[in-house]
Amino acid sequence: MSAAELEALRLSLSVASRSVLFGLPFAVLAAWMLTRRRLAGGLVLDALVHLPLVLPPVVVGYLLLLLLGTRGVIGGWLYDSFGIQLIFTGTGAALATAVMTFPLLVRAIRISLEGVDQGLEDAARTLGAGPWDRFISITLPLMLPGILAGAVTAFAAGLGEFGAVITFVSNIPGETRTLPLALYTALQMPGGEALAARLATISLSLGLFGLLAAELIARRLRRVLGR
Amino acid sequence: MLKIHAAKHRRDFTLDVAIDVPAPGIVALFGRSGCGKTTLVNIIAGLLAADSARIEIDAVVLDDTRARRHVAAEQRRIGYVFQDARLFPHFDVRGNLRYGERRAPATDRRIEFDHVVELLGLQALLERRPRELSGGEKQRVALGRALLSQPRLLLLDEPLASLDVARREEVLPYLERLRDEFAVPMVYVSHQFDEVLRLATHVVLMNRGRVVTQGDVGQVSLHPELRTIVGLEAVGAVLSGTIVAADPHTGLAAIAVGKGVLNATLPDARPGVPVRVQLLARDVILAIYPPEGLSVRNMLAGTIASIVEDSVDTDLVSVDIGGATVLSRVTRVAIQALALRPGMPVWILIKAVSIRGHAFLAPHGV
Repeated sequence: MSAAELEALRLSLSVASRSVLFGLPFAVLAAWMLTRRRLAGGLVLDALVHLPLVLPPVVVGYLLLLLLGTRGVIGGWLYDSFGIQLIFTGTGAALATAVMTFPLLVRAIRISLEGVDQGLEDAARTLGAGPWDRFISITLPLMLPGILAGAVTAFAAGLGEFGAVITFVSNIPGETRTLPLALYTALQMPGGEALAARLATISLSLGLFGLLAAELIARRLRRVLGR
Repeated sequence: MLKIHAAKHRRDFTLDVAIDVPAPGIVALFGRSGCGKTTLVNIIAGLLAADSARIEIDAVVLDDTRARRHVAAEQRRIGYVFQDARLFPHFDVRGNLRYGERRAPATDRRIEFDHVVELLGLQALLERRPRELSGGEKQRVALGRALLSQPRLLLLDEPLASLDVARREEVLPYLERLRDEFAVPMVYVSHQFDEVLRLATHVVLMNRGRVVTQGDVGQVSLHPELRTIVGLEAVGAVLSGTIVAADPHTGLAAIAVGKGVLNATLPDARPGVPVRVQLLARDVILAIYPPEGLSVRNMLAGTIASIVEDSVDTDLVSVDIGGATVLSRVTRVAIQALALRPGMPVWILIKAVSIRGHAFLAPHGV
């Protein structure tokens, strides 16, 4: 692999893993709100969570630009107060990716949370465990298969996020040019077909590997957890 | 002292009970499925909010709606053994047992891990996962887990209901041991009268969310509404007595009951042991003259106290045998033929093999 290819691969892995780390706590929270709380705005929250699935990624990127760009509502404040800039950075790319893969995370976590027997939490209660204690000692471990499977799926999907990333943080080599962006760039260049083919192969294997890993982890954990 | 006053109204169901027991031992909540037993137990545990409640254990007030006092379930220190065990699948047996123990206040650890493990026979199971346990083993672990949380009160919601008869026998003796060894009061929910007979020191008979009657097993066994709950076949007076003689050769034990003595076939009978026996009403024969030449081992003189309608063709006759009451189911034809009426002296006859009995070493008195 050439230096540029390695660079793109490294960036993709970094962006995807950071996006999962960003997304996980919020995804657990959202899944909790959706399954355990009877919220008045539950339906709206549900729709919001799933919006990235149906919106064109470019729209998500555009909205992020409006909100988090250096002249955006939140982005302007971040930039003026802390000097934090998200556009044109890898962190921004990770954020855009996190938004796009959020529904995948929430779905997987929600399904596993629905599978947790609330009777076990009641049992923990009668044994003296308070709300946080119950969550950490009972609910979270029993949700782990879903959390890990969701994380791996979101990671694999995040490696390939294109539209939202290129719209929000542009296509800067060494900064935001992840695998799909590099592939796109290669296709725009005369004589870049061979490079594009190699990049496509890398993406394909990563995706496949990710999905297999997710399934294997989930199976093993389910066995360990006795279900 | 145990005081449980609770009311809860739902669209199709009303629970309204008042239970006061001075020395708890094992309080049995007895009644058919759907009579509100589990609802009541969940209110006691703090898992379900009542419309109004006052719950007190040994002067500790856990619920008092009037004073707006409600202690959260996790702070009540009330152990709960669920019908379906509810062991944590991601911990082994040891982890399950330690879960409540770790969360109990360090200042109040009267019940010790090793003691519980030994008493419940859990030594060989400690490293196993819940899914590797049989139903009876699961319930024993659940029992140990609840005990080790050092509870003020132990709630058992039909802990044997999901087990077959053989598995029940794997757990029942352990429950008896717990009753006799630890001073933890228990509320035991059941719809099986034989469990109540074996375990309870105080019985609360419930129907449709209300208390029909409460008292010791003997009193409750004479209550006319019991038959609608246990069925005609299971109606019979429960008598408390003491073994006065046991003959290992004949297998017969003599039990002093009231002023009389009953002979019964009891396994492992030892003189001096307090026992409870049940004389099923259908097994008790009445005679107006003392008969002769019968194989029946028990014949006691008594007086008819009352005759009440029992079913379409039969009546239930209560006979006072001196310090105890025995029930007999008699056809109305026989009542007329013998001209039985209250106040009349009669003889009651029952076969030794028909008497069901259990040793009952209640530490809190019956």
